[in-house]
Amino acid sequence: MRFFDNKNVNQQMPQKEAQMQMLKWIWSVGVNVLSRIWNTVKTFFSLHYCPSRVAKVLLAIVPFVLLLGTYIHFSNKRHEENPRDKILPTISQMYEQVKIYVVETDKRTDKNLFVDDTLASLKRLLIGVSIASVLSLIWGLSMGIYPWVRSTWMPFVTFVSIIPPLAILPIIFIGLGVEELGKISLIVLGITFLMTRDLKIAVENIPREQIVKALTLGASSWAIVYRIIFPQVMPRFIEMIRVYLSPAWLFLIAAEAIASKNGLAYRIFLSRRYLNMSLIIPIVFWITSIGFLMNFILKKILDWKYRWYVDIKNG
Amino acid sequence: MRKMLLTLTAMILATIFAGSVMAKTTYKVAWSHYTGWEPWAQTEQAGTLKKWGDKYGITIELSPPMDYMESINLYTAGNYDACVMTNMDALTVPASGGKDSTVVIVGDYSDGNDAIVSYSGTSVADLRGRDIFGVELSVSHYLVARALAMNGMSEADLGAFVNTSDSEIAGLFVANRTPQTTVVTWNPIVMKIRQERGAKVLFTSAQIPGEILDLLVVRTDAPEELKKALTGAWYETMAVMSGKGAPTKEALTFMAKTAGGTLAEFEAQLKTTYMYYTPKAAVEFTASATLAKTMEFVRTFCFDKGMFGPTAKSKDEVGIELPDGSVMGDKRNVKLRFTTKYMQMAADGKL
Repeated sequence: MRFFDNKNVNQQMPQKEAQMQMLKWIWSVGVNVLSRIWNTVKTFFSLHYCPSRVAKVLLAIVPFVLLLGTYIHFSNKRHEENPRDKILPTISQMYEQVKIYVVETDKRTDKNLFVDDTLASLKRLLIGVSIASVLSLIWGLSMGIYPWVRSTWMPFVTFVSIIPPLAILPIIFIGLGVEELGKISLIVLGITFLMTRDLKIAVENIPREQIVKALTLGASSWAIVYRIIFPQVMPRFIEMIRVYLSPAWLFLIAAEAIASKNGLAYRIFLSRRYLNMSLIIPIVFWITSIGFLMNFILKKILDWKYRWYVDIKNG
Repeated sequence: MRKMLLTLTAMILATIFAGSVMAKTTYKVAWSHYTGWEPWAQTEQAGTLKKWGDKYGITIELSPPMDYMESINLYTAGNYDACVMTNMDALTVPASGGKDSTVVIVGDYSDGNDAIVSYSGTSVADLRGRDIFGVELSVSHYLVARALAMNGMSEADLGAFVNTSDSEIAGLFVANRTPQTTVVTWNPIVMKIRQERGAKVLFTSAQIPGEILDLLVVRTDAPEELKKALTGAWYETMAVMSGKGAPTKEALTFMAKTAGGTLAEFEAQLKTTYMYYTPKAAVEFTASATLAKTMEFVRTFCFDKGMFGPTAKSKDEVGIELPDGSVMGDKRNVKLRFTTKYMQMAADGKL
């Protein structure tokens, strides 16, 4: 009996040992994996984490997916209750509407509305921003350089730049009309003074020593402006345009909402008359894309033409 | 201390309990400024709304005066149980958005409140080639379309329809004194601009009587109590408004003030608003054949302008139920219902 038992135990022992070893191994692997995960999580949330290129892309996608997911969730919920809901249209509803808007020609005007609206809005925006840029460049530079210009105009520009243009809209439209002139003027009035003020500050930030040195070397006033100040102000100026494109869009939208016969914002406000969100949402997306592209182009110009400025800024 | 806490708890509990027992269901009504809707402010101010709510055991809450389109959008989204709007907007916003809505009260029609005004010309034919400033896809636009159709023209004969915010139309008309300047708008703006030197009225809604209707729309699945209480309160106010004597004058003065004008101005606007002061008159109009004809014009216009959305195949997309039970358009998708039920009850004194 004993022998039998022993034999039995002997037979079982290696098996048990193997099992124990297996368990130990699993345990150690488990601990290892867990600690690695823990370390990764810890690093991820720490200050020292440098995401790889892939990780950067993945992380950047997360908020977009969250936004889209939330939208689809609520849209579906509304459509379960009411299949004809107009407030949160489904993707397919938007697709149908966009197809009509982008592909078809309007019966009355015989134009492609999408192209017509986009060109009309872009024309107003670009003309407005260009005029504002040129004006503010000349004005801001003069204010930064000549004390008499600064003394004359600085208090005025500072004061006027604070007036919210949207509040005096009726005056602008009655004075300048609601045609293209009125719309472009609103954009110009909206951003010129702010840009002028910023430009003057940019000029003042150039070290005084540089100008003194140039004068010592016999530079004329014009040489100082065009060889010393202008090249240094230019990148800041481009960056300023980037920043002020957002308010420019805002003023364009306001102008087209008041009185217009074409334009992207016009289409939005027209669609609001019958709560046609299936067209409004895609147009908002389109406006955003255009804005994003403009921002990207200006950034590339800075990278390409004014590398030194970008390097200084990035340390 | 403990005693105080105990009392406090008891008090809080009592409040909650009492509140839950006494709470009546609250229904929300949205409205915006317009001559034919100012009486809603009066129903609230005079306590008529509360009185009728109490009678049916509900609480009715009237919104502050809202932006017109925003009020319709919020009603469609489900934030309000009832809202005032025109027949055209009732069709294109809530009904085509799948919100089953019932027209409980037909309050009035525009009898000159909407007009095409210009500095030159004598008839609609003179509009040929001109730009018109007005709110596109609104009843103003409908008025232009009808005016052109009645004169054998179409929108292709115009220059452009320039979509203009109603808040800027008066200023625009006053600032642009060229013979070509033409606007289409509603009251009180019409009243103001036709007083301008040289302003000429080319067409008004009085020439298409009974087509631009101002309604009270209630969601169809709202309880009867709400529909009855609102109808009762409305016709009580109508009786006060159309009467003679001190209470009438007082009510009109109040409405004029809410509308932002003088009593004389408000009375002038009432002249171009055909009010159905008695429920009997409203029932007669709603049950007449004119309504079907009007809604046919309206839905044709709306479909032509693409206002039923991209998937609509024809103007039959949205079903419109008429008081006699017949349906115009898709019978499986009836979303706008005209009924004389509640106005008839008011006429019979059964509310």
